[in-house]
Amino acid sequence: MTTAAPDHAPKYAQLSLADRLGKAMPLLLVPLLVIFGFLSIGSTSSWLTLTVSGLAMGMMIFIMASGLTLVFGLMDVINFGHGAFISVGAYVGISALLALESWTGVPSLLLNVSAVLAAVIAAMCVTGALGWGFERVIVRPVYGAHLKQILVTVGGLIVIEQLIHVVWGPDEIFLTRPEMLKGAVTFAGAAIEKYRLLAVVFGLVLFVAMRLVLKRTKIGLIVRAGVQNGEMVEALGYRLRLVFIGVFVAGSALAGLGGVMWGLYQEVITAGMGEEMMILVFIVVIIGGLGSVEGAFIGALLVGLLQNYVAFLEPKLALISNIALMTAVLMWRPQGMMPVVKAK
Amino acid sequence: MLTNLLSGDHPRSLILTLLLLAILAALALAPFLFPGVRSLETAARICIFIVLVASYDLLLGYSGIVSFAHTMFFGLGAYGVALASTHMGRGFDALIVGTLAGAVAAAILALLIGLFSLRVRAIFFAMITLAVASAVAVLVSQLSGLTGGEDGLNYSIPRELTPAFKLGKLFGISVTGKILNYYLVFFASLALFLLLLRIVNSPFGRVLKAIRENDFRAEAIGYRVVLYRTLATCLSAAVAALAGSLFAIWLRYVGPATTLSFEIMLDILLMVVIGGMGTMYGAVIGTTIFVLAQNYLQNLMGVAASATEGLPLIPQLLDPDRWLLWLGVLFILSVYFFPTGIVGRLRAED
Repeated sequence: MTTAAPDHAPKYAQLSLADRLGKAMPLLLVPLLVIFGFLSIGSTSSWLTLTVSGLAMGMMIFIMASGLTLVFGLMDVINFGHGAFISVGAYVGISALLALESWTGVPSLLLNVSAVLAAVIAAMCVTGALGWGFERVIVRPVYGAHLKQILVTVGGLIVIEQLIHVVWGPDEIFLTRPEMLKGAVTFAGAAIEKYRLLAVVFGLVLFVAMRLVLKRTKIGLIVRAGVQNGEMVEALGYRLRLVFIGVFVAGSALAGLGGVMWGLYQEVITAGMGEEMMILVFIVVIIGGLGSVEGAFIGALLVGLLQNYVAFLEPKLALISNIALMTAVLMWRPQGMMPVVKAK
Repeated sequence: MLTNLLSGDHPRSLILTLLLLAILAALALAPFLFPGVRSLETAARICIFIVLVASYDLLLGYSGIVSFAHTMFFGLGAYGVALASTHMGRGFDALIVGTLAGAVAAAILALLIGLFSLRVRAIFFAMITLAVASAVAVLVSQLSGLTGGEDGLNYSIPRELTPAFKLGKLFGISVTGKILNYYLVFFASLALFLLLLRIVNSPFGRVLKAIRENDFRAEAIGYRVVLYRTLATCLSAAVAALAGSLFAIWLRYVGPATTLSFEIMLDILLMVVIGGMGTMYGAVIGTTIFVLAQNYLQNLMGVAASATEGLPLIPQLLDPDRWLLWLGVLFILSVYFFPTGIVGRLRAED
């Protein structure tokens, strides 16, 4: 005797509101934080100033973090020496700017911008080349061994930092921004530094460009596929190692770019700045989800905004606000906000 | 008796045994063999750092976890003693309370960090400890009302442990409280070292090694990997805090630069790697060589820098301030070419 299969009526159900909210939550966090900032600060003008500087800071951190997170996603390599590229980029870029004083000292937008561009290109070329060498000499012999990777890249960080001292001397370098980037514009009663606006715009453009490259081009497709399942991509005949070196070099160059921008933002550079920034970069990469560019972007904005708001509201707490943010995010999502799905 | 003391973990190499005996004898008799303030400072530093490095090796070498917060735990112990001595006044009770409070605080903090990071990926741990340690270092230098900020804290310890306390003469050396203090440091360090040796050679230590080699298999056999890793972290943090307390008792001063700085973290890493990861004896050899080199090699670099004055670039490279540069190079080379360190080499030869 056969029994009938139990009754069941499969149906297409839409995701419940809670599920969809959960998916979109990381994206909603940034506007939520901005609104929260508005409510707790109270004054529109200070809120606007703080928001812009928070966004600017976030964009710069994102530029530095994007390379690190991709490198990890692609090859499972965690590079503690990434901070060295930030410092080297800042030193090369600022040296170029100081050499081009005749371009930066006059109030001409064209000359100022070309001086900054020249500095950025110089910094990116040097850090890109340095990244290539770093990959060959330091990282390549220790693939697949996390413990050794961490140790060796920390060693690389120290050596490069000390070499900066040898080349540029042990003291910090103070600088002034080009004429046209000095000062602030007033908008709705809030004074907003021009340079911060520029940094926000620049960061946004870079993020959009990076997304386009990753989502619309073939090389981007290979990179994304490599992050998800490297073996399969190699089996299809792509040399993932070459792609990886390319990403490593690009990530190093971006770190150099971030270094120049951060140097111009702070108007002082030290050899230890990369190491200090690495702390923020690590927090961003962790809360974003290791390997995820979008996650790093959101994480960077959160860190930048929160740090600025808290520094205004309760200066003593600013130091631990980032750690608190990281703790909260990891309690909520232990793998980070947007963990990369690995097909394994 | 000896086997019990060493927990069955013999040096297993003639040269290594002789080296260890020489170091033990030199440290035990340091006040009489090498009279003088500077050499006694060096000897005490070696004792304390052997414990600190050995406790770090419990993490790095035995459990395969990289932590950058070890100086933070060291600092917690040191500041525990400093704060207790400042607020409770001079006395042995302050020392004991400070030491215990520091060790407990370190273990709890390690537990919290471990719970957050170790359950996901061991690699998170390295990054999170780096972030937390730097935040704590900044916090300590900012909260100057409590911690004395960058200047640190000076405090007094019981008179019996200071140079002002005189006991008479022995072998032509006047025995003072400073020497008593040294022996306090020496025996406490020896006890802590033997305790660590006991831990790594216990069944618990064996599980840690299994997890280090292959955490997936260890989990499959039925060991809770997260639990073991977290416990190892807490133990190592508590021992590091105890070493910090000894350091504070010895120096009668704590400050961010001497207890919390990233440079000390690098020193510890280097000592572990040079001596040999995964052996407690590596900590002894690595620390002794490193501290001696640090004290005497920097002078040599200064001489070399002034000797090459006329040449381009070389004097800058040899400047004593660039000591870290050469440490970094040495560090990379030793990770590549001597991953088992000096002890591993010596044991392999026999």
